[in-house]
Amino acid sequence: MAFFSIPHTRIAGISTCVPKNIVANKDYKWIGAKERELLIRKIGVAEKRIVTKGMTASDLCFEAGKKLIEDLNWNKEEIELVIFVSQSRDYLLPATACILQDKLGLPKSCLAIDMNLGCSGYVYGLSFMANYIAHCNIKKALMLIGDVTPLASYRDKTAYPLFGDAGAATALEYDEKAAPMHFNLMSDGSGYEAIIIPDGGMRNYPTKKSFDYKSYGKGIIRNKLQIALDGYAVFNFSLREVAPNVNAVLQHNNISIDTVDYFLFHQANLLINEAIRKKLKLTPERVPNSLNKFGNTSSASIPTTIVSQIQQQVTSQKLKMLFCGFGVGLSWGSVVVETENICCPDVIEL
Amino acid sequence: MNIEDFILKIEDEFEDLVPHKLKPESKFREIFDWNSVNALTMIAMVDCEYDVMLVAEDFQKSKTIQDLYNIVLAKSAQ
Repeated sequence: MAFFSIPHTRIAGISTCVPKNIVANKDYKWIGAKERELLIRKIGVAEKRIVTKGMTASDLCFEAGKKLIEDLNWNKEEIELVIFVSQSRDYLLPATACILQDKLGLPKSCLAIDMNLGCSGYVYGLSFMANYIAHCNIKKALMLIGDVTPLASYRDKTAYPLFGDAGAATALEYDEKAAPMHFNLMSDGSGYEAIIIPDGGMRNYPTKKSFDYKSYGKGIIRNKLQIALDGYAVFNFSLREVAPNVNAVLQHNNISIDTVDYFLFHQANLLINEAIRKKLKLTPERVPNSLNKFGNTSSASIPTTIVSQIQQQVTSQKLKMLFCGFGVGLSWGSVVVETENICCPDVIEL
Repeated sequence: MNIEDFILKIEDEFEDLVPHKLKPESKFREIFDWNSVNALTMIAMVDCEYDVMLVAEDFQKSKTIQDLYNIVLAKSAQ
């Protein structure tokens, strides 16, 4: 089931929260000045926001969710579904969504569930929520989504300069008149090692050795509880799969690419995103980008890009947008959505 | 598709290169300050311009610009 459409679901609002703490890549001293300049230019990340000690993805999501509920003037008692999409959850167990349900003051009748996805998570999360709304008589739902980067080693030049922290919230509600959301979701677990934290789960339960730092090449030192990126594999995957996935969802639903106002891609890095944009022959104006100020914010990159780059447009216009997430899993997917005058508060800082 | 065009496209992509310095026999690890970022830049350029996907092994078994061009040519014929 790659393609499916879900009716009667409207995006009511989107918010995002980032840490106040700004980390500029010009100050990344682990590599030399020349390589640093090249890296900043090619990955497109001048600065990003990084959590301070003790702050988690769920803290950022909580603030984003709280603000969105307030601005929408939603009655919390009417929220019947909350999902937390993240690969940096608070605990191995329990599910962080349950903690957020209570912290946000949502009723016990609220279904709470975690979804363990990263870069593709926003599109998958929307499909999950929209299905509940369209088919399970749920009227209001909240997606909380985000990741934080203590998972990246400072001494790993392939990971540390890239990632930033953010947590976002998206409110969905039942609307008889809403245009259908059109999805195309895909997975390929044969590439699971392309982006991986090898230890810490049940497959490789953490031991003392998990904390040992090892060199994996010039400028790449990390331990097995930190994220490992196979840059070539991720790059090849992104160039191979993303554009066809986008074209397929458009063609399957007889949507002309010219009628889509904005394409919101997961913010992988500038090299990848520019290559995808060029393959699809899209002008930069139709492809908002938040890499420069926020970096790759993983699961939160699509909502963070919407709030930081096209806030004025989404709050005042009727838009057709395509969201496309791709990465860890490997997992990827696109959705075409139509929005009109959604609630979108300014980027929140914590 | 020819080697001259391939070289021009590389020179366009890598703004630090001195124009007309790059030759088919140039060893790309010597011409560039070769690193993974430059390799990924090359992959992106070749994908966009020739619809061919270079992979890490292609760089490992290549020394010169001509070697890379030959791989692109062979893959584009597939």
